[in-house]
Parts: sequence; C-alpha cells; structure tokens
Amino acid sequence: MFNRGSIINIRGIGHHIVDGVLRFGYSARFIALTILHSGTCFRRPRLIVRELYFTGVLSLIIILVSGLFVGMVLGFQGYQTLKIYGSESALGVLVALSLVRELGPVVSALLFASRAGSAMTAEIGLMKATEQLSAMEMMAVDPIARVVAPRFWAGVISMPLLAAMFSAMGIYGGYLIGVVVIGVDQGSFWSQMQSAVDFREDIVNGVIKSVVFGIAVTWIALFEGYDAPPTAEGVSGATTRTVVTSSLAVLGLDFILTAFMFRGI
Amino acid sequence: MASDNLIEISGVGYSYDKRRTILSDIDMVIPRGKVVAIMGISGSGKTTLLRLIGGALKPTQGSVKIDGQFTHDLDREGLYRMRRRMGMLFQFGALFTDLSVFDNVAFQMREHTDLPEAMIHDLVMMKLHAVGLRGAHHLMPGELSGGMARRVALARSTALDPMLIMYDEPFTGLDPISLGVIRNLVRKLNDALGSTSIVVTHDVQEALDVVDYVYYLSEGVMVAHGTPDELRASKDPLVHQFVWGEADGPVAYQYPSKDFSEELELV
Repeated sequence: MFNRGSIINIRGIGHHIVDGVLRFGYSARFIALTILHSGTCFRRPRLIVRELYFTGVLSLIIILVSGLFVGMVLGFQGYQTLKIYGSESALGVLVALSLVRELGPVVSALLFASRAGSAMTAEIGLMKATEQLSAMEMMAVDPIARVVAPRFWAGVISMPLLAAMFSAMGIYGGYLIGVVVIGVDQGSFWSQMQSAVDFREDIVNGVIKSVVFGIAVTWIALFEGYDAPPTAEGVSGATTRTVVTSSLAVLGLDFILTAFMFRGI
Repeated sequence: MASDNLIEISGVGYSYDKRRTILSDIDMVIPRGKVVAIMGISGSGKTTLLRLIGGALKPTQGSVKIDGQFTHDLDREGLYRMRRRMGMLFQFGALFTDLSVFDNVAFQMREHTDLPEAMIHDLVMMKLHAVGLRGAHHLMPGELSGGMARRVALARSTALDPMLIMYDEPFTGLDPISLGVIRNLVRKLNDALGSTSIVVTHDVQEALDVVDYVYYLSEGVMVAHGTPDELRASKDPLVHQFVWGEADGPVAYQYPSKDFSEELELV
C-alpha cells in the first residue's frame, strides 16, 4: 500500500512532531526553573535593572521611531477613509484604538523580538559556546538564577512599557499628520479620543496583551540561547529561530487574546 | 584525621550509552599539595575525567572521593558547597565578556561572601598582582591577548584560595613567553596557596617540567603513571611515542584506508 519513500516521509513527519513536543517540554521545564530560581535577582534588583537597560532602554530608539511613523501612516490612511463618510473628526479615535488595542502591543512585540530577543539569544548562546556558563557552574553560581532570571524579568517588565511608549508616540504621529498637516480640528481629535477609549476595555486589555507577548518573546529568546549548540552555526541558527518563532507566537497569541477579549462584540 | 590524599578515584567508568564508553576502570589518587598531570592524546577522556572530578558528570561506575566526600552522593547544594573550594581554569579562559578584568576576579567574592567592597578591591589587586596584571584591572576581556586572558582566568580561579585548582589544557595556543609564564604560575600558585592542582594537558614537555606526578590515559583507559622522570624513561611504546612526539607508533599516522597502491590503481 505504501512504498518505501512515503514511509520514510511519514516517519520524518512523526520525528519532527515528537521532536517539537520534546523541545516544548524542555522549554516548559526551563521557564519553570527560571521562575523558581528568581529569588536571587529579586534580592539583588540591580541585576534586573542592568538588564532593563539592555533590553528596554536600548530598544527605545527603534520603538519610538517606529511608533511615530506607524501613527503618521495611520493619520494619512485614516483620514482618507473617514473623509468618505464625513467623519474626519473621528480620526483621533481611529488612531488611538488601533494603536492601544492592536498595533502598539503587536508591533512593539515584533520589534522587541528582533532587537532585544535576538540579542538575548546570541549573548546566552555565545556565553555557552565560550564556556562562560560552565565556568559559572564550576564557581557554584547557578547560571539560571544569575544570567537567565534577571533577563526574563527585565523582558517581562520592559515589554508593556515599550508598548505604551509605542502607542503614545503613534498617537502623537497621528496628531502631527491629522491636526498639524491636514488640519483636522484639534478639539474634536482629542475629545472624541478621550470619550471613545475605555480604560478597562482598551488600555488594560492592551497592557495584558503586551505582558503576555513579553513573557512569550523572552521565554523563547532565553530558551533558544540556552539550548543553542555551542558553535557559530548553532548560535546563528538559534538567533534566527528566536525571531521567527517569537514573531509567529506573538501573532498567534494576539489572535487568541483578541478573540477572548472582544468575544462579546 | 584527614587523609593524605585529597582525591581518590576508584574503578571509575563513564559512558554516554552502551555503545559509547568514554572511561573505564580508572584508579587514581591525588595527594594534597601536589601538582598532578592527566595526559593523553585528544579524545582519550582527559576532560571527561576532569568533569567527573568537578562533579559536572556522575560516574556510571566506581566512585570519586574528594576531601572525604563521594561526589555522587552530593545533592546540588552539597556540590555547590564543594565547588566553592575548587577553582577551574578553562581552556580559553572563559572570562565573562560583559565584566572587566577586576569584576571577573571579584565575581566569586561578591557572589559567595559578604566582604566589604574595599576589602574585595584589595584582594582582587593582590590576585592580579600575583599574575602580573594589576595594571590591567580596568580592561575588558576583549582587550586582552590570549596569554593575558589566561592569566586573568588563573587569578579568578584562585580568588577564594581553593583547596583544588583544575586546569583544562592551560598551555594550548599560547606564545612561548606566555606559555612559560602560565607554566610557572601553575607551580607557584599551588605552592603559595597550599592547594592541590590537576593539569589536563597534551603539552608534554611543558607539563613534565612542573608537575609532581603524571597519569597517562589512552582511549579511556589508564595505561601508565609515574613521576615525570619515570615517564621520560618509559619503554612502553604508547608512552614513548607520546612523550617524544613521534609521528608513527601504536597511534598510527595514517587514518585507516585501503592499500595505497590499490588507491592509485597500480595493481
């Protein structure tokens, strides 16, 4: 019924699935250990603050500039569409809701994965390849507690802050184009935005999304680095996998979270 | 009363699975205060043996006893307590690249002690002075030469005055001056700190000049041991080929292949 080639193909697919499940199991154990061994970095918050600088502060430029441009594009595109229905004054609402609910958390998480996630994977992968993690183990210092946990919490803390800054910058970009360049009424731009954006429904849900994305991206980045084969090829492959996997995870999780959050609509 | 031997290894074997045996039936004793070399060609199991002593691996057979404690009986906490009394120099230093030379040497002091920063400063400077790099305390690892990095790593591995210092290929890839410096430091630091040292290496002449005793491994089996002079005088063909660096002997120069004349289609 089956020839030899198709049996080999089926076996290959099965092997990939089993391998994927195994890796997911390892990564779940890894993140559980990271959370369990987080005591050290909470007792010494300087470890987290240092990583906040590398993951958060150094990502600011790309987040702020991208936010500004996304907001400016939204300003142009939104105005073009709203003008058809004579609702230009609702431009502020369109820009703010698009950013706070979706674009802020999602685009900043994608940028965070490319900027900070890839850097985390490469750094930890290289620390492993150059035996720095083994050296730490031999010095009776747990690398999960000393290296991984501070980076994890820094990622989880910085992601919602970066998403908030992205949204704020985007709203300012929309204001620049809509109000300053095109001439939409400033009063209606801000007042409609204020009355339409709900704190619980829009802002809190956006923050929840960005916290979940922060956990997912940082988890993937740290696991890929820690699990990378200790070679140049291994580290480069792990860095690529971090960007691809975490981007797909962000998009998939966004769909699931959106479906739950707006199921009543 | 503490035994004269810091390390006692008896009947140790290690294998990844049934088909891949790395070490079998290793017996060794390492007396306190001595510098002992573990030698052998690449792939002979030297580094695995060092990892077994450091507790990074557990033996699949036999036992490793360090300062009266069996390593395989220790839980993670116990192992970490033991490792605080050990120092290890990795092949290429393994310095933390995001920390300065000073912070690398201070790393263990800050992690494991409550010493005030002023005292840590003085201790780090003493360690760096011992390896001749006090003036380089502000440099980052990327700014160091290979020899300097190895010396900083040596200072770091002796930071807490360990009872045991392990060296994994300490002479590899060094220029002759750096090599001489590291070789002399191995001996000087061991004697000054009252430690015991294990040097895993295949750099024969450098090691034979400074060590007290040598264990020679081949394909995971201990085939010879003795003082450096005994090894130099050994008639064992395997040891003789290794010590004198002969191209051919029991370890064949040619990788197994079919007959050369057959390869060239001359027959």
